[in-house]
Amino acid sequence: MGLTFSEKILGGKAGKTVRAGDVVTVSPDYLLSHDNSAAIIKEFNKLGLEKVQNPEKIVIILDHIVPAAAEKYAQNHKEIREFVAAQGIRHFFDIHHGICHQVFSENGFARPGRLILGADSHTTSYGALGAFAAGIGRSELASIWATDEIWLRVPETLRIVMTGRFQTGVSAKDVILKIIGDNGADRANYMAVEFSGEAAPSFSISSRLVLANMAAEMGAKNGYFPADAVTLDWLRTRSNEVSEPVLSDEDAVFETELEYDLKSIEPQVACPHTVDNVRPVRELEGMPFHQALIGTCTNGRLEDLEAAAAIMKGKTVPSHVRVLIIPASASVYREALRRGLLEIFSEAGCVILNPGCGPCLGAHQGIMAPEETTLSTANRNFRGRMGSRDSQIYLASPETVAASAVRGALTDPRGIQ
Amino acid sequence: MSRGRVWKYGDGVNTDVIFPGKYTYSPMEPEEMATHALEDLDPGFTAGVKQGDVIVAGRNFGCGSSREQAAICLKYAGVRAVIAESFARIFYRNAINQGLPAIQCQEAVKALEAGDELEIDFAKGLILSGRGEFPFPPFPESVLKILAAGGLIPSLL
Repeated sequence: MGLTFSEKILGGKAGKTVRAGDVVTVSPDYLLSHDNSAAIIKEFNKLGLEKVQNPEKIVIILDHIVPAAAEKYAQNHKEIREFVAAQGIRHFFDIHHGICHQVFSENGFARPGRLILGADSHTTSYGALGAFAAGIGRSELASIWATDEIWLRVPETLRIVMTGRFQTGVSAKDVILKIIGDNGADRANYMAVEFSGEAAPSFSISSRLVLANMAAEMGAKNGYFPADAVTLDWLRTRSNEVSEPVLSDEDAVFETELEYDLKSIEPQVACPHTVDNVRPVRELEGMPFHQALIGTCTNGRLEDLEAAAAIMKGKTVPSHVRVLIIPASASVYREALRRGLLEIFSEAGCVILNPGCGPCLGAHQGIMAPEETTLSTANRNFRGRMGSRDSQIYLASPETVAASAVRGALTDPRGIQ
Repeated sequence: MSRGRVWKYGDGVNTDVIFPGKYTYSPMEPEEMATHALEDLDPGFTAGVKQGDVIVAGRNFGCGSSREQAAICLKYAGVRAVIAESFARIFYRNAINQGLPAIQCQEAVKALEAGDELEIDFAKGLILSGRGEFPFPPFPESVLKILAAGGLIPSLL
């Protein structure tokens, strides 16, 4: 009986053959935290230790409320910078770099076979590059800073087998929303989700990040694409380090296999207030909204901004709608600038914000009043997440949000392109 | 043994309604976090909850963010345990790591109603109520040690 991707990586770290359901104690390769590092530092300090076990494993990226929107956030950032200096943490990215998951990936920390833990639920993103990556809480991250180890249960694997090609105007976000809508927000609880099948190699790294990111919204421990030539080519431009892909054996045992034909997928929208409340866009065509958001760790990459700009070029956002554009990283921002995308957005009447999480988690930069609605490319639409508990969030692809933004009402982008 | 009243909720109680994101990066002591517990789910919760009360909920309790305040705010509001049909994995770890028992027990969730009084015997793995007794697998030694210490960090001291 063969081994799955997760059994291989966790077994490799544990130094023995392991199977789904086993519990292993392992030492991770990298540990991610962001603005919550201030809270993690507080937990770490309770232990009375002078130094972290291994500062080289710690990656801290400030992104959640950047630049600091109030004195209390500034204090958080200050404490983090002081800790970073005192501990000699080299992998520190201050407020000008962008969203942690994008910056972490761009800098080559996520690689095939790596074991990454992060104090953020969307740490699952790094599976896009063939890593085993899972989210944990703050106490637990502080304890790994101190002990360099964590216990993990080896997950069963849910395999999503994808075939065919997307229709024009349909993209990665639509297929993952469809999968979550069909199967429910807890379908993959405690499990790994493998995105494979003959269509998998056709996904760009940006698109793979969308699916791995949102595996968290199915309850997954980790979500991943098998590393291939696309992965290795992408990584080659980021570091000289060589990585060997880790792949599930052909005779590995999966909990279930689910098949999706990309050609049959139409634009999808997740309706309030759960990510699995998914309907085709055409059923809600014409629905009004107040704010549109294109950005976040799910859909703020160059590929997303290009798709949106192609739709918005030469058009103007109607006066009853406000549109926020948030490139996922400084690198995405600069490339969008070079390619003229920011000019298109600005001329259309969009607000272009600095790279970061923006209003996604409800802290700043576009918070909603009661009875307001945002159409967003983010990954969560929970009640009250972007402001008032009486506001609403709908989630969709960059194509759908852009087409809807210029029309001022929810629009199936297939009719536009 | 622990005694308390039931606060009952449905499926998919997520971390944003347990502890809103807008507070997540504000430095706060646990006692202040408790004043925001379930703010966007049940605005009457913090005024009514008493030490030792228990939350009983449906599937996927604690789904969403990794924010540990979701567990901290419940614990400091007085919640003695959360009983659910199932838990989201990060919340489950966070709850144990904060010394808040997370008990998976479908039968108890089906039977119990808001306001019911119940007792939990953690050593035996038993929920006792006027609606019956509901067994659950007792926590392993390693988890009991963390719970007894009041959380992961205190257990490492």
